[in-house]
Amino acid sequence: MAVRVQTEDFDAGREIERLRHGNPKVGAVASFVGVVRDLNEGDAVSELTLEHYPGMTEKALEEIVAEARSRWDIYDALVIHRVGTMKPADQIVLVVVTSAHRGEAFRACEFLMDYLKTRAPFWKKERTGAGSRWVEARASDEAAADRWS
Amino acid sequence: MKPRDTHTAVVRVLYLARLREELGRADEELVLPEGVKDVAGLAAFLRRRGGTWSEALAPGRAVRVAVNQDMARSSTPIREGDEVAFFPPVTGG
Repeated sequence: MAVRVQTEDFDAGREIERLRHGNPKVGAVASFVGVVRDLNEGDAVSELTLEHYPGMTEKALEEIVAEARSRWDIYDALVIHRVGTMKPADQIVLVVVTSAHRGEAFRACEFLMDYLKTRAPFWKKERTGAGSRWVEARASDEAAADRWS
Repeated sequence: MKPRDTHTAVVRVLYLARLREELGRADEELVLPEGVKDVAGLAAFLRRRGGTWSEALAPGRAVRVAVNQDMARSSTPIREGDEVAFFPPVTGG
């Protein structure tokens, strides 16, 4: 189980390989990669900056991973979240879950993303033609997280 | 022995993301005013500074608070040495 907050990009394939390496009991690996889009709220986005709350971020992510482990029978989980300035098409976040069967892996992976989006202290600021603006939290993300409670 | 004077209780307060920009500061050391015992009390004290403080921390605004890096509610107690962070709803992922 691991949580990483970093400015550098990540290699999803290598991370997936590493997470399941040495465990022949793993029958399923589910992963999610979040990517910077070039459009938000109808405006072209040229740059996205991710800010976080160092210290709390890692703690919050670890709590979310621990919660996933308590709910589903999974072997391992990895969360990598980037911070700093990114461009459209750049990778932002990676979640990988290993388990014996796909159902647990899929559900734990989706749960991790839903909880991360509403509970981990990250904030997005995007640059558009009209200048920079903070991204507003979405009610649909809250609703997605509430499904699990 | 005289009880410890509550005026000496110092907390570290952080302002993150949009709140940091609106308030024009990232953090401060604050002597807890007498009577401030929880998150709601601290927010009310900060609002009394007026101007952008009363606007940014207005009761209707969506402001989240963490105490010692755990999500808090308005009734969460605040004690000497605590780290209290004010920030907007999170938008990561």
